[in-house]
Amino acid sequence: MAEITVLAATGNAMVAEAFRQAAPDVLAAYPITPQTAIVENFAKYVADGRVHTEFVAVESEHSAMSACIGASAAGARVATATSSQGLALMYEELHIASGMRLPIVMANANRALSAPINIHGDHSDVMGARDTGWIILFAETAQEAYDNSVIAFRIAEHPQVQLPVMTTLDGFITTHAMERSELLDDTTVAAYVGAYTPEHPLLNGQTKAAHGMFASLGGTYFEIKKAERAAIDASMPHIKAAGEAWAAICGREFAPVDAWECEDADYILVVLGSAAGNARVVARELRAQGIKAGVARIRVYRPFPFEELAQVLAGARAVGILDRSDSFGAQYGPVGLDVRSALYGAGLLIPTRDYIYGLGGADVTLDVLRQAYGELQALAAGELDQSLSYLGTR
Amino acid sequence: MSGLIEIRWHARAGQGAVTASKLLAETALRNGSYIQAMPEYGPERTGAPLRAYSRISDAPIELHNNIVNPGIVVVLDETLLSIVNVLEGLDESGLLLLNTTRDVDTIRTELEVPPDIRIAIVDASGIALDTIGRDIPNTPTVGALAHVTRVVTVDALKEDLRMSFGKKFSPAVIDANLASVDRAAQEVVCQ
Repeated sequence: MAEITVLAATGNAMVAEAFRQAAPDVLAAYPITPQTAIVENFAKYVADGRVHTEFVAVESEHSAMSACIGASAAGARVATATSSQGLALMYEELHIASGMRLPIVMANANRALSAPINIHGDHSDVMGARDTGWIILFAETAQEAYDNSVIAFRIAEHPQVQLPVMTTLDGFITTHAMERSELLDDTTVAAYVGAYTPEHPLLNGQTKAAHGMFASLGGTYFEIKKAERAAIDASMPHIKAAGEAWAAICGREFAPVDAWECEDADYILVVLGSAAGNARVVARELRAQGIKAGVARIRVYRPFPFEELAQVLAGARAVGILDRSDSFGAQYGPVGLDVRSALYGAGLLIPTRDYIYGLGGADVTLDVLRQAYGELQALAAGELDQSLSYLGTR
Repeated sequence: MSGLIEIRWHARAGQGAVTASKLLAETALRNGSYIQAMPEYGPERTGAPLRAYSRISDAPIELHNNIVNPGIVVVLDETLLSIVNVLEGLDESGLLLLNTTRDVDTIRTELEVPPDIRIAIVDASGIALDTIGRDIPNTPTVGALAHVTRVVTVDALKEDLRMSFGKKFSPAVIDANLASVDRAAQEVVCQ
């Protein structure tokens, strides 16, 4: 039986605990707000001898990911954490990690990108990484940041997956808020994560392998990239299996799409991360008034759960997508584009509206969510078009 | 205690408001409640006005935004009264707790506090200087809050102080903090 400790802990503290329990061989990182406490706590665990990890303090995030790539290619279990400009600085390395099929686990404290400078929570940083070949998980709470971070190792290192995994939590809202959280005991987590046996390590003295080689014009390069897509497309069953195995231990459900009262819902908001709870609070309020509102929260963002999501949304009269970043010049924000594509692919022409919200940490009040649900009713009635709009700004 | 209790803290950076919000939340957690405690991060300079928030509930807390309609507002530094509207959004039958040496009537008149809002006053800075030896008013203020609201009991608060401060501070510092809680609980006036 798993032993559970109830803690008042921040999301950062819970991710650091998950990393300690997964006991990576190498963790290379550079501090950046609002992620710093993850690395800070982890460094303390190393200094106190609570985890035996080679902690590499580097001079930039580019170097952090480079060190992670080297260590992972060598055959080590590897983790790191970053945020915002740090994630942006890693951009070229993110592709190398996935292209070399290295199961690195990285926490990202979702934060705005400059300019103007802003240290607060939104999804601009992680959305820039959505096409890099990483599996991407979004947490709603500190608890889920812990759960996702534990699950991440099992997904990444699965022999049929072998892809890097980003486990994300919203800057400040989740990283810095203290919440009631449950920590499972070290032995249970270690047994769940299991030992890592790399298939093609550079440094076991036996296997002959090469990583990150030159691939000639067209041919091999193209094939390897095709294989990369096949790998992430095929990863969903393994993600579900890892999530469900963890759910069986901790008692908290796992689903790529957390659908709340969507079965009979007329109006559904699709949301990622920490704003989901507020959406449910408003949806509950509307249901009390006889308005059938639902909330579909995407927990696994890459690979995108397009089939599950289309099923969840199939009966809705109108769907609103909450986008905490923008895809400038596109018809919708990034999540809106994904959701619309999923609907179209399923033959569902449900009217949608895309809402840019909460940029730079703008508070997501219940009022702005009431506004969104109100607009969905107007949209279903044909009184409003399907354009992109904004919540909570002038 | 039942339902959701929302508390907004006003202070200047360095006065321990974030610690206070977390101390209260931790104490409530140990007594079986669901909790949240979060600072509102602005310019991180000592002396800058800041807000922090605590939520305490007997059910899981789904809300993750700032508290806009608190039931309780706590002000650790009364020099903020002239620059921050501490009453903003405060529930009509809520509680305003101030660290001050002035009396309830003066505060009620000066801030035009509606009659249904209770005002509690405590000289937390004076108590902190007497007991801890420094003007860090957070611990006595939480003591006063516990006494007036019963959000947590004074005994539970002291128990939590022993546990959480026990790792970081000397027995003398802990005893001083415990004494500050007792004095604030005795001296707080609520009308």
